[in-house]
Amino acid sequence: MAFQLKAVLAGMVMGFGALGAAQAQVKAEVIHWWTSGGESAAIKEFANAYKAAGGTWVDSAVAGADNARAAAINRIIGGNPPTAAQFNTSKQFHDIIAEGKLNDMDEVAAKEGWDKILPKPVLDTVKGKGHYYAVPVNVHMPAWFWYSKAAFAKAGIKDEPKTVDEFFAGLDKLKAAGLVPLALGGQSWQERITFNAILAHVGGPDMYLKFYRDKDANLVTSEPFKKVLATFKRLHNYVDAGSPGRNWNDATAMVISGKAGVQIMGDWAKGEFQAASQTAGKEFGCFPGFGPKSPYIVAGDVFVFPKTTNAEAVKAQKLLATTMTSPAAQVAFNNKKGSIPIRTDVDTSKMDLCAQAGVAIMKDASRQLPDSEMLATPDTIGAVQDVLTKLWNTNQSVDDAAKALAAALRT
Amino acid sequence: MDVGRSRLRHHWSVYAALLPMAATVLFAYIGTVLWSVRISMSNSRTFPSDSFVGLAQYERLFSSERWTVSVHNVLVFGVLFILACLVIGFLLAVFIDQKISGESVLRTVFLYPYAMSFVATGLVWQWVLNPELGLQAAVRGWGFEGFSFDWIVSQDKVIYTIVIAAVWQASGLVMALMLAGLRGVDEEMWKAARIDGIPRWRVYASIVLPQLGPSFATALVLLSVGVVKVYDAVIAMTQGGPGTASEVPAKFIMDYLFGRANIGLASAASTVMLLTVLAVIAPWLYARSRSNRNAREA
Repeated sequence: MAFQLKAVLAGMVMGFGALGAAQAQVKAEVIHWWTSGGESAAIKEFANAYKAAGGTWVDSAVAGADNARAAAINRIIGGNPPTAAQFNTSKQFHDIIAEGKLNDMDEVAAKEGWDKILPKPVLDTVKGKGHYYAVPVNVHMPAWFWYSKAAFAKAGIKDEPKTVDEFFAGLDKLKAAGLVPLALGGQSWQERITFNAILAHVGGPDMYLKFYRDKDANLVTSEPFKKVLATFKRLHNYVDAGSPGRNWNDATAMVISGKAGVQIMGDWAKGEFQAASQTAGKEFGCFPGFGPKSPYIVAGDVFVFPKTTNAEAVKAQKLLATTMTSPAAQVAFNNKKGSIPIRTDVDTSKMDLCAQAGVAIMKDASRQLPDSEMLATPDTIGAVQDVLTKLWNTNQSVDDAAKALAAALRT
Repeated sequence: MDVGRSRLRHHWSVYAALLPMAATVLFAYIGTVLWSVRISMSNSRTFPSDSFVGLAQYERLFSSERWTVSVHNVLVFGVLFILACLVIGFLLAVFIDQKISGESVLRTVFLYPYAMSFVATGLVWQWVLNPELGLQAAVRGWGFEGFSFDWIVSQDKVIYTIVIAAVWQASGLVMALMLAGLRGVDEEMWKAARIDGIPRWRVYASIVLPQLGPSFATALVLLSVGVVKVYDAVIAMTQGGPGTASEVPAKFIMDYLFGRANIGLASAASTVMLLTVLAVIAPWLYARSRSNRNAREA
């Protein structure tokens, strides 16, 4: 009896041991900042896909994007890196590439044909020195225009604006109808999103690139650019007194309730509409810009894979990269996340109206415009943001703001 | 001779006991401070680097408008916050000391804000102060159309709303410290004052208050620490806005340390903060050591 028990125990121990070894082979610890309801449901799709591919997913969610990135960087410096870590599709992780602390994913990229399927702005960002260092998982467009159909009807606006002038005419109508025309959360990053939309649609893609990519100081003090700054500031006439400091989701709530007309915000705002059981095209509408040729700003998230020579970990990293970019996981993840897939060769039938529009636009490469954070360092973006928020909130003249921007671009 | 040796031996055991703490101070505090100072003279971005750029980061820091605003704000905040907390905390303690009924309930009520995270209460303050949602909208709704209280969206007054919320949070703590001090005042003195017919307020002002020195010193130290590291209140209520009107140094440092990936500039800012704090407390330490020496010599 005692002997039998021992044998059973030994068998169990061996069994668990074997199981543990099998798990250890493709165990992946993933740091990310997707902690809200919709977000964690989305990352779970990746976890499930990874498990289905035979791996073990160890979830390391850190609340707050800055905190999550700091945690990843600290662990990389400390020599105990996670298997994968989330960053934005931006220059945020380029310092880590320069330090030589990331494994490249060239093998996966070649096998999946990234050069063919990925949008150019995304490809340019994940590629450094001829190698692929990050796996993009989604495309976010940070400056959609969301509007309340009820508010537009009340103000007598029939169609979505096709030009900037029509847009301002619409805002005037909303104001006359006693509504808040523009729902804005007056925090500096939201003000910068608003500015980016104006820069892309009023100044045009060329000016946008000259500003963020080329940091052209002559451009900043030129008349056309000052016109963009003035247009940005003109929008201030259409926000309510309670705007400063407001969180973005509180601003979305104003559009949901029909108290406000329009909000300029990323497609993550869709989650708020969904939570209020509103459907795109029914209670609310969306347009990415003015007219059929408007630029579409491309941002998003990536995962990077910190350097390790441990063969098991490398195997896990490659399996993760393959799983995350597979069409099925892409659709499942992005439908919950509110973003659109990184590839356009996917089934769009289950997507909502706005996401379908986004995928359709992404097929036209000429409309893709890289997000500002893909073009400039976080430091420069921060300096620009400080100037923009001052212009927006004070009586500073456009000329002074232009001078300050020229200085900010030098950082 | 024997006495000297035994004293030495005695001292050795004391030093040995202090060694772990001394090592911690040396490496964990002073070591990291020196390291930060070194980083502040490099052009480190996401990662610490060995480069040397002299005082370039400091030049950039002092030419930064946002830093100037931050320093100005923390000065205004510090003076108003400390004064208001000390006055309100002392008065609350005096009122509670009047042997009132329900003392423990009131004490808990006043101390409760300190026990709650500013991340939560700051959001409530944001809503209360928001002109479209909170107090102003409510009072206007009662029929007082002319009522205006929109400090939180005003460039010039937003810092005062941070002061109000921070005082609400911390004055309970000062009250607790003062109350402990008041309870230490000898009952006999009150009896003597009553016999002499001295009014109560006069006893508080001239006899009790001077005895509360240690309580005030403790409160002052705790509040000052709160001033230097004020961050959560600003994040929860205004995120430094509108514009940059309510920025503070701690937020500047945190922004550049993480979000803006420029640890060189962030370290320069922290070094300036450290020097400022040292400049403030050094004269005080000097004065204290002098008065100690005088007391010993006397």
